[in-house]
Amino acid sequence: MPPFDYAPAPESRSVVTISPTYGFFIDGAFTRPKATFATLNPADESVLAEVSQAGPKDVDAAVAAARRAFQGEWGRLSGAERGKYLFRIARILQERSREFAVLETLDNGKPIKETRDFDVPTAAAHFFYHAGWADKLEYAALSAPGAAARPHGVVAQVIPWNFPLLMLAWKIAPALATGNTVVLKPAESTPLSALLFAEVCQQAELPPGVVNIITGDGRTGQALVEHPDVDKIAFTGSTEVGKTIARAIAGTAKKATLELGGKAANVVFDDAPIDQAVEGIVGGIFFNQGQVCCAGSRLLVQENVHDEVVAKLKRRLATLRVGDPMDKNTDLGAINSREQLDRITTLVEAGVAEGAERWSPACTLPTKGYWYPPTLLTGVAQTHRVATEEIFGPVLSVLTFRTPQEAVAKANNTAYGLSAGVWTEKGSRILWMADQLRAGVVWANTFNRFDPTSPFGGYKESGYGREGGRHGLEAYVTTTPATLTGATR
Amino acid sequence: MTRLDVRKTYKLYIGGAFPRSESGRSYAVQSASGEFLANASMGSRKDVRDAVVAARGAFGGWAGATPYNRGQVLYRVAEVLEGRRAQFIDEVAAGEGLTARAAATVVDAAVDRVVWYAGWTDKIAQVLGSLNPVAGPYFNVSAPEPTGVVGVLAPQASSLLGLVSVVAPVIASGNTAVVVSSALRPLPAVTLGEVLATSDLPGGVVNIVTAQTAEVAPWLAAHRDVNAIDLAGVAGAEGVDWAGLEAEAAGNLKRVMRPRIEGGVPVEPDWTAAPGLERIRAFVETKTVWHPKGL
Repeated sequence: MPPFDYAPAPESRSVVTISPTYGFFIDGAFTRPKATFATLNPADESVLAEVSQAGPKDVDAAVAAARRAFQGEWGRLSGAERGKYLFRIARILQERSREFAVLETLDNGKPIKETRDFDVPTAAAHFFYHAGWADKLEYAALSAPGAAARPHGVVAQVIPWNFPLLMLAWKIAPALATGNTVVLKPAESTPLSALLFAEVCQQAELPPGVVNIITGDGRTGQALVEHPDVDKIAFTGSTEVGKTIARAIAGTAKKATLELGGKAANVVFDDAPIDQAVEGIVGGIFFNQGQVCCAGSRLLVQENVHDEVVAKLKRRLATLRVGDPMDKNTDLGAINSREQLDRITTLVEAGVAEGAERWSPACTLPTKGYWYPPTLLTGVAQTHRVATEEIFGPVLSVLTFRTPQEAVAKANNTAYGLSAGVWTEKGSRILWMADQLRAGVVWANTFNRFDPTSPFGGYKESGYGREGGRHGLEAYVTTTPATLTGATR
Repeated sequence: MTRLDVRKTYKLYIGGAFPRSESGRSYAVQSASGEFLANASMGSRKDVRDAVVAARGAFGGWAGATPYNRGQVLYRVAEVLEGRRAQFIDEVAAGEGLTARAAATVVDAAVDRVVWYAGWTDKIAQVLGSLNPVAGPYFNVSAPEPTGVVGVLAPQASSLLGLVSVVAPVIASGNTAVVVSSALRPLPAVTLGEVLATSDLPGGVVNIVTAQTAEVAPWLAAHRDVNAIDLAGVAGAEGVDWAGLEAEAAGNLKRVMRPRIEGGVPVEPDWTAAPGLERIRAFVETKTVWHPKGL
């Protein structure tokens, strides 16, 4: 019996108005809805709105609008003026932050405290940071001294459902700061915050065609990235689709950055501050229900503290509150879709079949919607599917090691290389580990930290290119003289 | 019946408050065409010292604020400055003898200049810092930090654009400032103080003393609790010996931003030109941190 219980503390959904149907945002205006499909609230499976499925002609229209904007007013704008548009967008996101937070929680299923305190403010921060770069690109060391870095032109951006607005910000802010124009496709199951962002573009009086937003499923994404008038692709999503894109653009002039899957090791040494590490492990895997490409999904714990760490993890997991994402006290919300829930269920069952021991705290899950309890898998071997495949859910696989060298070997024993964590009180060991780990981001005595100034992206099959920081700008400019590429079409 | 307008008292801006000069003195400020505009406070040595105390007190908090936070505050300054556009156009036009249209261009450039520096706060370390590949098992990183309290002699001619062009780079990196305004054209500086006071800028980060430059500059240059000084305002200032100020500054090895020299005399630069990183770089220290790597 719990010593005390929480009263419900629901956030009001009245701050946001959702239209029954949505068209696309092309050339500064919304089109008439067509060929619509439903986007659901994964917490109760209710229909939030009907959005349109973009076909090849819609993709053509969006790309053409982006091309016109690039060749028109936007292409001639000074960096300082471009930057001021981005500052406006940042400010409007801040002003309308609660509206975005509620909408994101409804469409995605993640807890309101995450959208309110992380997704939306960080998205605004990305626009703020990149606004400042727009008139300072010559300081970003993107090209040889004297050679100007130029935008590519039209950028196709395809983003996932786990951080819909934040991924939009990661994509659109650097693209606009460097002078490109954008056609963005949000994920099929989470299109609403991108469509609300279109309104932000209107309020900021962004010139028509600079940002275009089209909705649809994978077919729309494929038509967009394969469109002949697209100069650059930025994709965040699965490694499988990332490889398809890389194949599709082979032999063309298109550039791509790919931010793909991960299977991060979170390495806990016996000298780590264990209570602090437990908090970091929990945040590392249960943030956003584990639907995070850089989630610390493999716990590598030194053998002599394994039992202590697992016992403390279980005690901590028992206090997590799973349920209504709109409740301000909720720690774990809903899984984003039926499809994702099925994938998590299948993989965990495979893990148990291969010999892992499964544990979840006692918790009552809502009867409607897509839910999965926080889950620990102990006794996991490196060959188990739950140790090699990305689960993308609230499931932590626990493995052990004895020496630092063994920890490194196991941590790096993956096709992915997006992120890693290290927990130890010894600074020199942190830096030694950071050198050995083949991952694009290494967190030491912390996990899942993100900042617009800090480059993010993976090694190996976690993709290529970086987002954020000075390095993130590189993907959005070309330093080849225009005369050699035949650019400025 | 015509309404009599309510005039503003132009005062100093120290520690987030607007005191009169402790000396009780004031001086008549005239327009470019010689008409009386207002009585400004004539700041004294004691006012400068009070301003240094306020700046030192504000340094820890401002330098310790995240660069993102400083950027937000500076952008807020630009927003509030834009909101007072009409007032600044009047003051700049009267003081500098510009047409309303030319003054509007100057005010717009001043707003954009603040926006430019707002965008720098969280990029300075990325552009001026480095990871150093030392020949040994060490993590070695160098990063800029604000140098401390910076004395700023504001430009004499360009009373708003010149002023923000010297103040913004000082505070962008986390320094705090003691500003001596243009002696003959101090009114936009006082109004800028009112903008700063309503822009979430913590009190004491920028302190503005309207004064005769020749009288107070030596005290500022010699002050032992000031870490650096920008001598931009010596150009065109009556009775100011800039070499003497630099010599005074050597007393505690202040970092000195010299004035632009042409034909052997200090001149005011063209403040409409793109600023570059010069003024940010002048007021930061480089800190290098070593840490071993190994098991």
